[in-house]
Amino acid sequence: MRIFDPHIHMTSRTTDDYEAMHAAGVRAVVEPAFWLGQPRTSPASFLDYFDSLLGWEPFRAAQYGIAHHCTLALNPKEANDPRCVPVLDELPRYLVKDQVVAVGEIGYDSMTPAEDIALATQLQLAADHALPALVHTPHRDKLAGLRRTLDVVRESALPPERVLIDHLNEPTVKEAKTSGCWLGFSVYPDTKMDEKRMVAILRAHGPERVLVNSAADWGRSDPLKTRRVGDLMLAEGFTEDDADRVLWRNPVEFYGLSGRLNLDVTVTEATHEGNSVLRGGG
Amino acid sequence: MTSSPTPEDGTRPAHTPPDELHASLDSRLAPAARTWLAEALDTAATCSGPHEPYPAWEVRLAEAGRRCGSAHADAVRVLILRAARADMAALTRVYHHGTADERRAVLHALPHLVAGPEAVPLVEDALRTNDTRLLTAAVGPYAARCLSAHTWRHAVLKCLFTAVPVDSVADLARRARGDTELARMLGDYATERAAAGRPVPEDLYRVLALTEPEPASEPEPASEPASEPARHPVADLPGKESRCASSTPTSI
Ligand SMILES: [Zn+2]
Repeated sequence: MRIFDPHIHMTSRTTDDYEAMHAAGVRAVVEPAFWLGQPRTSPASFLDYFDSLLGWEPFRAAQYGIAHHCTLALNPKEANDPRCVPVLDELPRYLVKDQVVAVGEIGYDSMTPAEDIALATQLQLAADHALPALVHTPHRDKLAGLRRTLDVVRESALPPERVLIDHLNEPTVKEAKTSGCWLGFSVYPDTKMDEKRMVAILRAHGPERVLVNSAADWGRSDPLKTRRVGDLMLAEGFTEDDADRVLWRNPVEFYGLSGRLNLDVTVTEATHEGNSVLRGGG
Repeated sequence: MTSSPTPEDGTRPAHTPPDELHASLDSRLAPAARTWLAEALDTAATCSGPHEPYPAWEVRLAEAGRRCGSAHADAVRVLILRAARADMAALTRVYHHGTADERRAVLHALPHLVAGPEAVPLVEDALRTNDTRLLTAAVGPYAARCLSAHTWRHAVLKCLFTAVPVDSVADLARRARGDTELARMLGDYATERAAAGRPVPEDLYRVLALTEPEPASEPEPASEPASEPARHPVADLPGKESRCASSTPTSI
């Protein structure tokens, strides 16, 4: 089973995770820029983070035979801190980079006016740079958040078929699907979706335009959830082709809209004695 | 699927005269990529005066991978930098604004564009990373020419630590010859590995042999008179027989 995890924060994960992911069939990931848990206080720390997503992290991933791309943005939470907002002026020079396959993750956190501006501005940046956008839906007040998100998308220069709406669930899937956007589902150990409910949604709404991710990060999460969903799909009567469509072809098609997806990665020997990742600070 | 650039592909742009590089690229690029390259070089060559916020060729530099394919991106970027006649200010900016791939290309361009030691800080920046793609590019002909003895020795040692093949180190035989301090560092490292019960990288012995004051046999042309190797620390090292079994170079 080949797997493309379209939303995972590998910066927060270990080399053990990379090894387990490769063993589970993961061959490609997209890492969206997001909140690090500890609030940032200046654009400079965003820039170091973006540089890492374009430098060190793809190198780490390649050591385990996994192609790494990223999406860059000012995340909605930190869009509320005026000290961070000037990073929007730096984004254009990053959005031209080869490994950037979308603007993201953008969207709403608390649905503030500052978030309105950051979302609209960054949807325009996506359109300007011929990139699709990864738009997440808020944890709190999700249905209202989805509706407001879809309104802003409709008013933007970006057509819905270039937008992926993420962290969807049972109450939000129908309206998101009607909008014409791509549909993302995050499968978590105890919040967001679980694999049983994910498979039920796939049965009810079909695999078209559906992407499944682990959204694994520094919180309680599991980078192998994509594989669990694939296994359960097969156990519950979906075909290999259905699983391949959801776990590989759909993310390839969506991020392929950027024209920048490069899935060639030289599989290197991860257990190599002299491996620079295994050698840590050496 | 095509494979990613091999280390050999990755280092060639630093060693090949740019005009040769261009001719060889033109014969290998797909027609659309060849046209794109011609326009990018034209943009770079004609860009002059103040730019807001950056000259247009810097965007061409960024998108070279998706326009020409990752296997050709290093060479394409070196040619764009040369066409733009990038000075130290521009090289420093595109290096620090660049992805790892762009930074590697800047390192490859240094021997073609910078005569003096002013770009050494960029090489030192790359040598501080643990990214073997950058390390490999950092120890090219510019480093051979400009790095101080201390920095160069640490660069060689870092290659051994991170399994960057020492074949990537430009001018290795010339700079290593008679370097007793490098020989001491290598010997200490071998002792440390052996004490830990770990294999000593085979490359270490190759470099150690090259530190002999007289030309070692390996890298020299056959016309050189063969001399009896002097007494050398290599003979006293423990664990010489336990060669690193998995010294396959990483190819990224
Ligand atoms: Zn996320």
